[in-house]
Amino acid sequence: MTASLQKGINALKEVIDAPIASFFSSCVHCGLCAEACLFYTETGDPRYTPIHKLEPLKRVYKQEYTLLGRLAKMAGLSKPVTDEELESWSELVYDSCTMCGRCSMVCPVGNDLTYMIRKFREGMAVSGHAPQGIINATKRTVEEGGPMGLKWPAVQNVIKHQQEDSGLYIPVDQAGVDYLVLMSSMEIVNYPEYLGSLAKIFSKAGITWTLSSEAIEATNAGIQIGASDLAREIVSRIVNAAEKLRVKNVLSPECGHAYMAIRWEGPNLMGRPFKFEVVHVLELLDELRSKGVLKMKDKLKTPVTLHDPCQIVRRGGVLNAPETLLKEVVVEFRPMTDSNKWNWCCGGGGGASAIHEPEAEELRFKAFKRKKTQLEETGVNTMVTFCANCRITLEEGIDHYEMNTQLIGLTELLAEHLED
Amino acid sequence: MNEIQFLTWVRSTGLNIALGLFVLGMLWRLIEIYSLGRKQDMAPARSAAGASGWHTIFRRSLPPQGMMKSSPISYIGGYIFHVGLFVVVFFLAQHIKLVDSLLGISWPNLPAQVIDTVAVVTLAAMVLILADRINKPVKRFLSTFGDYLAWLLTFLPVLTGYLAVKHMVLPYTTMLALHILSVELLLVALPFTKLIHVFTLIGSRWYNGDISGKRGVPV
Repeated sequence: MTASLQKGINALKEVIDAPIASFFSSCVHCGLCAEACLFYTETGDPRYTPIHKLEPLKRVYKQEYTLLGRLAKMAGLSKPVTDEELESWSELVYDSCTMCGRCSMVCPVGNDLTYMIRKFREGMAVSGHAPQGIINATKRTVEEGGPMGLKWPAVQNVIKHQQEDSGLYIPVDQAGVDYLVLMSSMEIVNYPEYLGSLAKIFSKAGITWTLSSEAIEATNAGIQIGASDLAREIVSRIVNAAEKLRVKNVLSPECGHAYMAIRWEGPNLMGRPFKFEVVHVLELLDELRSKGVLKMKDKLKTPVTLHDPCQIVRRGGVLNAPETLLKEVVVEFRPMTDSNKWNWCCGGGGGASAIHEPEAEELRFKAFKRKKTQLEETGVNTMVTFCANCRITLEEGIDHYEMNTQLIGLTELLAEHLED
Repeated sequence: MNEIQFLTWVRSTGLNIALGLFVLGMLWRLIEIYSLGRKQDMAPARSAAGASGWHTIFRRSLPPQGMMKSSPISYIGGYIFHVGLFVVVFFLAQHIKLVDSLLGISWPNLPAQVIDTVAVVTLAAMVLILADRINKPVKRFLSTFGDYLAWLLTFLPVLTGYLAVKHMVLPYTTMLALHILSVELLLVALPFTKLIHVFTLIGSRWYNGDISGKRGVPV
């Protein structure tokens, strides 16, 4: 056995806990989880059945933690997990799983399959079987500060432009303020208006805030690849910066898995609760709306639908704010057939969008057909969402199928129609 | 061994062995599973109505959104055979008498004709479920020897019980002995096969509901 495989198996042994043991023991092989997975529904390939994606982890569980499994292993009846097997599973654990969490919602015996995939990735990452695209993104985040290799001077440039455009001051490294604002590289590069929009909203609401030159990046490729040590290092930058600046809250950007990383995984990665609260930008906006601070001057006339990012809604628990806010700013909202916590993934979450192998991209386009169908059922050409990664994936899908759909970020939409 | 001796054995020694293995096996498995424990969640929980492990234990008994439409045989067949098993096991007069003689507790039974019908419907539903397992690519793909064994171990007690009551195929004494034997096999296998879901699904649903519940999502 290679050293890296041994490390991988050890990592798997370490992540197996009572929930995982209970889940594997309960599975009756009914296959209903397949019906909840867009990689299965759009391809019809049984290999994409969520519980099947966990097969090597299940064997390690049985061989290491059950009496019969240990006996079978000793008698040579249960084959050990090999490097070749893990390598062939990489497609199932990364390319065809976005950790969207839909399967966990339908399993009749209650298995949280997504929880297990996340843990399984720990073993895949240390044994060297994660996709190169996510490895690169993680490396760049650890070494250069963000998955896109974006440096602080570039961010400063964006800040300067947004200050000029909005005519508002954007504070940096200011201690003792209400909010430390995080962003994702993708937003900084592709949707820098987000920053100007926030400046506008904060100024209207009289909330003090700051950016940090030490922690701007909110995304965490470490949790996507499944390497807790790297994830911890990335999240600790934010925690250190926030605690040094003594901010009351850290504001997570729209980006779905950034929210997951800092709000839900963060304290567990650090092994302690934070000295500040983590708030999703839409939670804050909804609070401002309910206080009457967030008033709209007009509404978008075009009918719109909403794509709910999995990590914010289903896995993140920001269930009501997005829809409430959207209704403030549009004339007509047509929800998708499966919406809110039942929404279907864009197909690019959980690190999948960082995988650039042609097969993975082709698979993503196939999976996108689910969103295409949902979108067509609503009969509208404008889709609002609130996650930069969803947005990129959706845009790629829309281009690929040459659809006539316009995408809008919810925060920007709100900022655009905000009362002056 | 003649049929009387066979019946006597399954009712005494056989039953004792089966019950012993079942109880010890279950205890072992439950300890093996739940003593693994889990790390404390450090993230401050969000609370929401209906979002907890306890809610999910019950809620997950109903088909989630869109699932009945995509997998009608799994749900309808599944409901029928699970409820059917429950009715046949707990409401046949002979079963209640057996419990009464062992534990001294009893409850009203259902008429024999009703149980007969339920048994036949249950058997039919189980055959349908098996056909679905073989027919549906996903189910066939996932299926192992253990799945077919578990099906057989569940099917046989209902079948032999029905045939014994109806005095069909084999003499009553022999069929009754086979019925009891098949139940004993089921008991012994239960802790070590997927049949353990009868117990562990409570834990699994609770964990699932708890994990999402802490984030404020009812699942």
